[in-house]
Amino acid sequence: MSFPWAKQYEPKLPLMKFLDEKLPLPRFVYNAVGAGYPVPRNLNYFWNFGVLAGFCLVIQIVTGVILAMHYAPNALVAFDSTEHIMRDVNWGWMLRYGHANGASFFFVVVYVHIFRGLFFSSYKAPREMIWLLGVVIFLLMMATAFMGYVLPWGQMSFWGAKVITGLFGAIPLVGEPLQIWLLGGYAPDNAALNRFFSLHFLLPFVILGVVILHIWALHIPGSSNPTGVEVKSESDTVPFHPYYTAKDGFGLGVFLVIYTLFVFFMPNSLGHPDNYIPANPLSTPAHIVPEWYFWPFYAILRAFTQDFLFIPAKLMGVIAMFASILVWFFLPWLDRSPVRSGLYRPVFRKFFYALLVAMAVLFWCGGAPAEEPYVMLSQIAAMYYFAHFLIILPLVSSFETPKPLPGSITEAVLGDKTGGHDAVPLATTNDAPASA
Amino acid sequence: MARLISIIVGLGFVVVLLYTFAVGAYTAATEKAEVTAEHEFHLTPRDAHLQSAGWTGTFDYQQVQRGYQVYKEVCSACHSLRHVAIRNLGELGYSEAEVKAEASSWMVPGIDPNTGESTLIEGSPTDYFPSPYPNAVAAAAANNNAVPPDLSLITKARHDGGNYVYSLLTGYADPETYTHDGKSLKEEFPDFTTPTGLNFNPYFPNLNLAMAAPLSDGQVTYADGTEASLDQMAKDVAAFLVWTAEPTLQKRHATGFPVVLFLIFASVLAFLAYRNVWRNVKH
Ligand code: HEC
Ligand code: HEM
Repeated sequence: MSFPWAKQYEPKLPLMKFLDEKLPLPRFVYNAVGAGYPVPRNLNYFWNFGVLAGFCLVIQIVTGVILAMHYAPNALVAFDSTEHIMRDVNWGWMLRYGHANGASFFFVVVYVHIFRGLFFSSYKAPREMIWLLGVVIFLLMMATAFMGYVLPWGQMSFWGAKVITGLFGAIPLVGEPLQIWLLGGYAPDNAALNRFFSLHFLLPFVILGVVILHIWALHIPGSSNPTGVEVKSESDTVPFHPYYTAKDGFGLGVFLVIYTLFVFFMPNSLGHPDNYIPANPLSTPAHIVPEWYFWPFYAILRAFTQDFLFIPAKLMGVIAMFASILVWFFLPWLDRSPVRSGLYRPVFRKFFYALLVAMAVLFWCGGAPAEEPYVMLSQIAAMYYFAHFLIILPLVSSFETPKPLPGSITEAVLGDKTGGHDAVPLATTNDAPASA
Repeated sequence: MARLISIIVGLGFVVVLLYTFAVGAYTAATEKAEVTAEHEFHLTPRDAHLQSAGWTGTFDYQQVQRGYQVYKEVCSACHSLRHVAIRNLGELGYSEAEVKAEASSWMVPGIDPNTGESTLIEGSPTDYFPSPYPNAVAAAAANNNAVPPDLSLITKARHDGGNYVYSLLTGYADPETYTHDGKSLKEEFPDFTTPTGLNFNPYFPNLNLAMAAPLSDGQVTYADGTEASLDQMAKDVAAFLVWTAEPTLQKRHATGFPVVLFLIFASVLAFLAYRNVWRNVKH
């Protein structure tokens, strides 16, 4: 789709005309990320993060494919082959540090992207599908990252794999057989390492496929924007190229500066030293912790320390951990406020900031040992986390008076307050011009 | 309806968490957490001021060579260095002939050319540094049931590894008289003991380790004439182990500077381009 005023692709070179007839790929690109795609003119820097996430995916695929040419997925030699990459492969250290830190930065970027969506309620109609596909991407990313971390076959690889697959063991009846089936044995070993490598190679391409769907779905309603008011006329938009290509280019530059600072100057600061010790099934590390980007969910898992009625604590923790991400799937139907942007929702905004605090606490506790006060803190934070999504979000809109919305994006940008009117139900605000 | 279900589920989670929290809080309030000697007396590493530290870190190859000498003459009796090949010594400034000579001073596992039996043969530069023990069982048997870890990656396998190795080697003390910050270990924890065969060292996580102090003043005679004090040898071997863990460190830093500077420059250009493209559009 596009807005009626979108620029039309007009091939000039004979080659381009030929291509446009036989395989209109240039037209596709022009309409997707070129001048043929009108985008709200008022996007702030938080809207850079989708493109950054795409770039991270490319970094991961490129570095990963080359690493796979030198890595050996066998429990006997996996650790040594990783060291071989670090020492003997030309620029191998750069590839490996680039890939490991690339994973961390991918998560940083995607967390910002998700919380942008939560603040500006990007999940609301008509963008539910974009959001749902996003959550699918996030789940796939977690699976991919988890299996990737197992590959170097260090102590944290092994024990992380053991603890996380052990979670399936908490499922009643089928848990234990399921765990053995997943691992191909009673504990992580060669069978597990091999299948994790295979899947770790495969899943990024599955992610790539879902990303294409994600962006396809995005191009139907077009991007939302910080006011949450839909595009109404041509003056509300600018063509993606050159406006947002330029802005994304700048964002990418800043991102790469920070990323390369990590790769070249503190490549191990986000990792755990124990993973430089070869996997040893007979020696349990003092603290088993997953990679930092799993900490909030790990904290939720460990927050459940008591059996409740007939439910064992461990099962409760596993359910809660999965639920903490699965609730995101339901947001489009839980948040009933007609107003999208948190900028115009004074009450919601306070709760949102509280959610950020809860997330920060969960991050901090998830990386800390399972001791007091961390367990109690994560219990409080987890309580807020679930209350926020499942209780507060569905109720806020009934007692919140949103601030008056600007009449249009143009009006908001030009500071022309004359046409401001009160919030109207989504049915009206969504009234984008008929799609072409 | 959806909201009702959601609120019920949400309340479910909150109730379970409240209950767990209450039980946890009650236990925390009634049971006093035990303060352990490890908790009170474990020290974070002291700064060895290695040249490889920090963002501009480089190797002091003279020092790394001395560290190699300490490793060879002392640590190699118990610790392997399996990720490092003898040829890698060339990176430290040894000439090809010196590396060859060095290689022939190591005995590595091989095959007797006459009988075909496993035996030890003179090393060549392509060999990796040999392990002093045939297997982990032999290593444990010789060291009070503790296997001396391979040292190639030790400085990356411990927090603040270079400083840690230095502090560990110089940190041995007598638990009977040990004091820190004016607190005496024996007075605070009369029950604390260092079992026979173990040695007290406040830099080791549980304060007692199986390795006896391997270094003492004048243990090696440095080829370059540097005075072999305990402190000096500990620093040198730490510097060597930083190199074995990451021989590419210096190249990494040297590559990083132009890369980051270029990207900063490119970002400034991109910013100017962005401002230029948007100059007529208020946003
Ligand atoms: C007599 C044998 C012996 C010698 C010589 C020796 N070590 Fe050790 N080392 C050990 C043993 C045994 C352990 C295991 C200690 C334990 O886990 O309790 C060990 C452990 C270590 C550790 C790991 C401590 C930790 O955090 O787990 C380091 C580092 C170390 N040695 C460095 C050295 C250095 C450097 C030298 C040479 C200056 C050296 N060792 C000489 C036997 C030795
Ligand atoms: C591989 C990971 C991902 C990539 C490459 C990606 C890419 C993009 C891109 C390029 C955009 C448009 C630019 C922008 O709005 O920032 C976008 C928009 C969006 N993404 Fe993602 N995304 C990813 C993951 C996610 C995840 C995990 C979620 C949520 C759980 C999500 C939710 C959204 C939403 C709701 C929008 C529309 C925002 C709006 O228009 O207001 N995305 N994504």
